[in-house]
Amino acid sequence: MSCCCDVDTSFNVNTPEGLLKDNDRGCTERIKRLRRISHSTQPHLDLERAKIETDVYHKYEGSVSTPVLRALVLKEYFSKKTLYLGEDELLVGEKGKDPQCSPTFPELCCHTLEDMRVMNDRKLVNFTVTEDDMKLQEEYIIPYWKDRAVREHLLKAMTQEWRDCYEVGMFTEFMEQRGPGHTAGGKQFYSKGYLDFKAEIEEAIKNLDYFNDPDAYDKEQELRAMSIDCDAVIILGQRYHDLALEKAAECTDPVRKAELEQIAANCAVVPAHKPETYWQALQMYWFTHLGVTLELNPWDAFTPGRLDQHLIPFYEKDTEAGILDDTRALELLECLWVKLFNSPAPVKVGVTLKESGTYVDFANINSGGVKEDGSDGVNAVSYLILDCMEDMRQNQPNSNVQISKKTPEKFLRRACEIARQGWGQPAFYNTDELIQELLLAGKSMVDARNSGCSGCVETGAWGTEAYWLTGYLNIPKCLQLALYDGYDVMFEKQIGPHTGKAEDFKSYDELWNAFKTQLEYIIDVKMRGNLVIEKIYAEMMPAPFLSICTDDCIKKGKDYNAGGARYNTSYIQGVGIGTISDCLSAIKFNVFDHQKFTMAELLRAMEDDFEGHNAIYNLVHNKTPKYGNDDDYADDIMKTVFDEYKDYITGRPNIRGGQYHVDMLPTTCHVYFGDVMIASPNGRKAHKPLSEGISPEKGADTNGPTAVIKSCSKMDHCATGGTLLNQKFTPAALAGDEGISNLAALIRSYFAMDGHHIQFNVVDAETLREAQRKPDEYKELIVRVAGYSDYFRNLDEKLQGEIIERTEQNFA
Amino acid sequence: MDPLIFNIQKFSTHDGDGVRTTIFFKGCPLRCRWCHNPESQSYQKEMVLYRHKCTACGACVAKCPHHANALVDGELIFDRSKCVACGICVDWCATEAREIAGKEYTVKELVKEAKKDQMFYEQSGGGVTLSGGEVMAMKNMDFVEDLCRQLHREGISVFIDTSGFAPYENFERLLPYVDVFLYDIKRIDREDHLEYIGVDNTMILENLIKLSEAGAGLYIRIPVVGGINAKPQCMMKMINFLKHNHINARQINLLPYHDIGKNKYAGLDRTYDEQGAMLIPENDEMESYKAMFEQHGFHNVKIGG
Repeated sequence: MSCCCDVDTSFNVNTPEGLLKDNDRGCTERIKRLRRISHSTQPHLDLERAKIETDVYHKYEGSVSTPVLRALVLKEYFSKKTLYLGEDELLVGEKGKDPQCSPTFPELCCHTLEDMRVMNDRKLVNFTVTEDDMKLQEEYIIPYWKDRAVREHLLKAMTQEWRDCYEVGMFTEFMEQRGPGHTAGGKQFYSKGYLDFKAEIEEAIKNLDYFNDPDAYDKEQELRAMSIDCDAVIILGQRYHDLALEKAAECTDPVRKAELEQIAANCAVVPAHKPETYWQALQMYWFTHLGVTLELNPWDAFTPGRLDQHLIPFYEKDTEAGILDDTRALELLECLWVKLFNSPAPVKVGVTLKESGTYVDFANINSGGVKEDGSDGVNAVSYLILDCMEDMRQNQPNSNVQISKKTPEKFLRRACEIARQGWGQPAFYNTDELIQELLLAGKSMVDARNSGCSGCVETGAWGTEAYWLTGYLNIPKCLQLALYDGYDVMFEKQIGPHTGKAEDFKSYDELWNAFKTQLEYIIDVKMRGNLVIEKIYAEMMPAPFLSICTDDCIKKGKDYNAGGARYNTSYIQGVGIGTISDCLSAIKFNVFDHQKFTMAELLRAMEDDFEGHNAIYNLVHNKTPKYGNDDDYADDIMKTVFDEYKDYITGRPNIRGGQYHVDMLPTTCHVYFGDVMIASPNGRKAHKPLSEGISPEKGADTNGPTAVIKSCSKMDHCATGGTLLNQKFTPAALAGDEGISNLAALIRSYFAMDGHHIQFNVVDAETLREAQRKPDEYKELIVRVAGYSDYFRNLDEKLQGEIIERTEQNFA
Repeated sequence: MDPLIFNIQKFSTHDGDGVRTTIFFKGCPLRCRWCHNPESQSYQKEMVLYRHKCTACGACVAKCPHHANALVDGELIFDRSKCVACGICVDWCATEAREIAGKEYTVKELVKEAKKDQMFYEQSGGGVTLSGGEVMAMKNMDFVEDLCRQLHREGISVFIDTSGFAPYENFERLLPYVDVFLYDIKRIDREDHLEYIGVDNTMILENLIKLSEAGAGLYIRIPVVGGINAKPQCMMKMINFLKHNHINARQINLLPYHDIGKNKYAGLDRTYDEQGAMLIPENDEMESYKAMFEQHGFHNVKIGG
């Protein structure tokens, strides 16, 4: 009989013609101009901050306490830094001298001259460095910081075991080149100005109990530092006020003149006082953003977080008063999008570069979700943010949506419509599941409802929690160690404990025990290092500015980096759950259950990269139950591995009075971790990437998206701080109204089963191959890499290849 | 004999409402010229050999207990007459060039498989579609009835994709459990039907009238095949038939022919009948047929499934 199914090829995004139009995005001519500048300016390095910081250290180090010294650096920088106020701008302030300028943080990691040459000459995103700056670095910055930078202290403090594991890619270290914290803004600074914070701080100092509190003096120093930081940001606001007035005086265009006067008026209110208007609220956020990201260099760009919730009262008040309409509200949002795009992440080097081969700074905005009282959080600004992300089509900020069971279908469908355009945003987060995660980890209901996902998918109680990601852990490589008695065959070095020769294992249980021993050993080595690193940061690198806007640092008189936040959490992120599940399944199924070949034969095939072992390769690659197909044989193995990993880590204490938890996400680390491994038992060839997030191994899922979602939902997401599921669709699969309905149904279903996050890449492999061959013709092609989006052309060839190969869910 | 299943397709979005799981039954009394699932026709298991994937490595030659494979001058010769479709060679074929079409399932196993995606059905208004082959012409209709009853009892919506070429009793016994029949009409003229589809259509049209009278949920599906029925007069006859008999169709789907299934024939050592030079209808043409139906009062017409 006939079943002529509908093959729709008419829906095709990402054609070169479509992409070329991208140079002209934005809701007004102003935004188009600002966006063009932002996107066409060459990223460059700026040593002004490093120079001023080194001056301050020369002048004050040894004569003031560490927190105060840190605060003086920010104050001096904000007092002296070169200001930028570009034509057309409505929001003001840049991290460096101008757009696309990246300051350096030599107190964290001091670039060598060689590093600088590399970043200047690299083929991928390069940062130009001037000869003068090169000289300054050589003669002034390096001599002072080369032994003082945190990175030097940190590496010196690590054990030989840690160093060995680190070198062979058992794990990575997040705080080696950037400051700690998955920073995300809460609601504090929309209802208070920095003068209000200063008054609170002074009050806290007054209330210190020197008679009974042995830490009173430390607290005083910390609070004094916070107070100095209030001054710092107020000075910056004052300077912008003056500059805007100056420019207004010179301006002959009456429209622009009025804008400049309004900018000056805004800066007379914020950051010293609480914002009164929508425009001021955005400016307030931006000043705070500059304070946090220039004080230290913390992860994740201090996203405005629940921006729709923060802005809605201002939006309602201003529209009611007739001083704001949707066009202006959208334009101001787009100005913020430009600002965030103007600020590339500070440049990294070495392994950390491989780990995150991109310069996107992850400011992850969450729209939707629920309000503090548990009611639906979708509002007029939520829809404006969707319009804005669609208009701007930028990888930074990373704008995403939270979907709760109360989220109206209209909002979900609108978000699906944008996701279908195929440039990677928005991703979808499950509000109801986020709240469960946070409650399970001890947060209050209100704090949990104010939460969101920052970075890629990492859950945090915004404004009240210091949640630190500490590094990725290579789970599949623990099995590789277990197969060789703890020996790393690629690096020819004993890394793990002796757990016996795999050829001698009589049962799957024996293999499992060896794997478990290796995994636990690696976690212990990583965690011991973490605890030392946390201590180093707590003592050497306080973050008093960030502490001002994180509850309850002022109340406790304690720094964000030392346990001052209400909640203090540390994470180790597991990578390669798909690969490890399939590897164990391949051995269990073929070696132990069905005796299709022996362990010795399998090891030989792996060592030969399966060359000349077609039969074994075929069995493990094509004829073995795999994770991602809703098949309990493989999925049960996934659950066992996940539970072991989670149970061994969760609940262990960090040094800040909080606990360890797990995340299951890779950023781009699955590529690096695969690169340091020989072939694996599931048929993955040597050096090839591991599975990404909690997605199945490439090509392992053959039963369509519902089966993938079912497999993934067998993991207990609520016991994590975030998991990442990437689904790639061809445009034809999502065509028409029904395509939107199906996408929405997939999301609702996954979320009803407590899935944490899902994101979609809607491109066809051929488009990507073409883009790889002709990068110039596909300059605007954005793909979602793993929890964030980046320009395809910025990714290295390996990562590009990996995205191309990722299973296409084609069901036309 | 219990029916064989040749495919279970999850996230099926063109075989009825919402997200569905489509279960394909093997075996069909019709021989539509354009059939793009040739493996659906025989009631027996069949070996499908994708020759373009075969590297003539010889693994199947060594493993086949019935000596159906041989290597001659570096080329693989497969003797279908010796093959009993036992599937041993499939496991050892390193290039995935081999596949057995047709697998036994119990009703319980099928229900279990279908229930896996229940969450998706509920979120999308989807369910299970039984397709084929011709489900309604299975020799063991008890199996089909049992399956429908159990799915229905689980609260899962059941659609059946059918050519209508089966005794009406087969339909009648399923009525309590089936939400919608996706009912094919290919040609109204008896002679032409016999020529292009291989059977007389009297029973098909009678069944449709009976089902409509019985109040069964009906989506009329019309495969539009250039050179066979993609003509205004054919469409007009269908319109007249539907109107004249007051067929109560909730939806009418015009399905444009495609030739994606063409290459499957080689895998079964069969040739695709291209004599009739079947053509893929243009979008404009499809739109014009849609307009014809609309002009005659059918406002639930959709191009595609």
